[in-house]
Amino acid sequence: MSPRRVPAETDAVGRCERPLRITVDGETVEGVDGQSVAGVLLAAGRLAWRRGPSGAARGVFCGIGVCFDCLVTVNAERDVRACRRPARDGDAVTTQSRTAPGTLPR
Amino acid sequence: MTRRHVAVIGAGPAGLAAAEAALGAGARVTLIDSEEQPGGQYHRMLPEPYAATHPERLQHGWNAFDRRRRRVLAHPRCAWWPRTAVWALERPDPGTPGPPRVHLLRGPADGGGRSRHVLEPGALVLAVGAHDRVLPFPGWELPGVFTAGAAQALAKGERVVVGDRVVVAGTGPFLLPVAGSLLEAGSRVLEVLEANPAATVARGWLRRPWELPAQAAKLPELVEYAADLAGHRVPYRTGRTVIEARGADQVEEVVIARLRADWSVVPGSERTVPVDALCVTHGFSPRLELAVAAGCALRAVSSGEFVAVDRDQRTSCPGVYAAGEITGIAGAQAARAEGALAGWVAGGGDSRLPALLALRRSRDQGRAFARRLARAHPIGGQWPGWLRPRTVICRCEETDYDALRRAATGQAGADPRVIRLRTRAGLGPCQARVCGPTVAELTERLSGEAAGRQVQGLPAASPHRRPIAQPIRLGELAAPPERIPNSDTEEWS
Ligand SMILES: Cc1cc2nc3c(=O)[nH]c(=O)nc-3n(C[C@H](O)[C@H](O)[C@H](O)COP(=O)(O)OP(=O)(O)OC[C@H]3O[C@@H](n4cnc5c(N)ncnc54)[C@H](O)[C@@H]3O)c2cc1C
Ligand code: FES
Repeated sequence: MSPRRVPAETDAVGRCERPLRITVDGETVEGVDGQSVAGVLLAAGRLAWRRGPSGAARGVFCGIGVCFDCLVTVNAERDVRACRRPARDGDAVTTQSRTAPGTLPR
Repeated sequence: MTRRHVAVIGAGPAGLAAAEAALGAGARVTLIDSEEQPGGQYHRMLPEPYAATHPERLQHGWNAFDRRRRRVLAHPRCAWWPRTAVWALERPDPGTPGPPRVHLLRGPADGGGRSRHVLEPGALVLAVGAHDRVLPFPGWELPGVFTAGAAQALAKGERVVVGDRVVVAGTGPFLLPVAGSLLEAGSRVLEVLEANPAATVARGWLRRPWELPAQAAKLPELVEYAADLAGHRVPYRTGRTVIEARGADQVEEVVIARLRADWSVVPGSERTVPVDALCVTHGFSPRLELAVAAGCALRAVSSGEFVAVDRDQRTSCPGVYAAGEITGIAGAQAARAEGALAGWVAGGGDSRLPALLALRRSRDQGRAFARRLARAHPIGGQWPGWLRPRTVICRCEETDYDALRRAATGQAGADPRVIRLRTRAGLGPCQARVCGPTVAELTERLSGEAAGRQVQGLPAASPHRRPIAQPIRLGELAAPPERIPNSDTEEWS
């Protein structure tokens, strides 16, 4: 099974969920207010969204803004660390690739 | 009356305690953190919109933290700057006394329209913490392989679990809280694997046992985690680790093997376990770039380099103090004690105050405990045995072990700069934060030269030199910053 959010109803911390929507490469993805862009993507079942130089898939590695594996474009701003950026309702996220021109994605 | 202005970078256990003590000493404080909320790694808070009614259920020591946080943030002499990244420190001109200027960007992480500010504090406390160190192994670049800290941050900070069938591997006591958080959030933790054999762990932990009770305020917490694992019937296995992660586009299975004390793999001991996530940590690397930019001297120990401080947390750089995990990996309690000392002295407090004795003792016990941990959970010298020629060493540039081997043993020599240019290892977006120590260690072993051969005429390369500590966009750089001059007219010492 893929990553997921602890359901609010059974969460021991007793929290509420205010839904938000972002788009990822045009597709709508649902999350909740307060999540990072990476958290929204992970909880929506997406483990990877970026491609490294060879075309290999990447997602979250360090989770705290150190490794830069999770970079995305948010509202036309490139190279945003998805694990650090809080998602805002309506954010348009585009995935990025570091593939050299002419490299076939693996 | 003019008050000293203390800038504290980092609002984790160390920075928050520093801010509180500096306020107590009568100073004005600007507390800066790139996160939305204070707490750092240990006290990572849930997002405000979650409106959690029981945040204390996820953390040890929540109540004390919560009180301190409210006290500090509401203090009339404290300016709290969340969502603020320190991207550079600028040393004063030679001959001009005082700590470096602090260059800040305020606004959403990596966003384009952030505002630029420059602080000129009378004293500076660096409390920027550490991040997981992970040794490379085949397949560690696959999605679904996380640092243990990432799994912890997602579970504690967002209530996201990284997977359902999870293996937690590496070395150190941090494996336990991470497994605990995953269990709490409903994952199945299949196994927790401590790479060091039981004998090494026990010898380290039980050395000079009569000193343990005073040092180990953390012990009850760890015992609680261990009991939690037992309650969930999660096996904690020593002398074993994950030597390979496999999968097509994400991790699907891991290969677990037995290790000897030197971390050489016991042949034939491999077994395969299907997983959907793997969490790994081999210790912590301090975030040294700001200290290096300020000109602070470092000290080397077996587990790496840290900021060198005196008994009151002063660095070698006048007016600059350091506290928490950048001075040594000793846990949240020691970080708090260090922060309180640093903040008090930075704020102009009297360092002969009798109450500081207790703080210094608490800090020293924390440090003694850290040395105990380092002995109980060392990185075994034979770990490169599990590398293959195609194993990725630098995740950013995908430099593999074979490329590094060729460069390190080649004609051009093993100077770190030469290796970097030839292999691109460490030149990617993370600026060698992840692979730096590993590349240095492997280069040294492969070339047989200590710290790499230096290029004549060039100063020794510092692996922690990152003049731009956090990304800044060209548009932001072009905009004139708002200067916030120092109101401090006192002499600092
Ligand atoms: C991901 C992770 C999770 C952890 N979780 C736990 C845990 O659950 N339990 C445990 O016992 N230990 C945990 N640890 C160990 C932890 O590092 C210490 O216990 C403790 O948090 C250290 O305190 P500190 O104040 O030194 O640093 P930290 O708590 O790391 O605080 C440093 C702060 O500085 C800020 N900062 C860094 N650089 C900049 C900059 N350039 N500009 C602005 N702000 C900056 C960071 O955002 C951070 O909030 C974790 C470590 C990591 C890396
Ligand atoms: S996951 Fe490492 S920077 Fe975001």
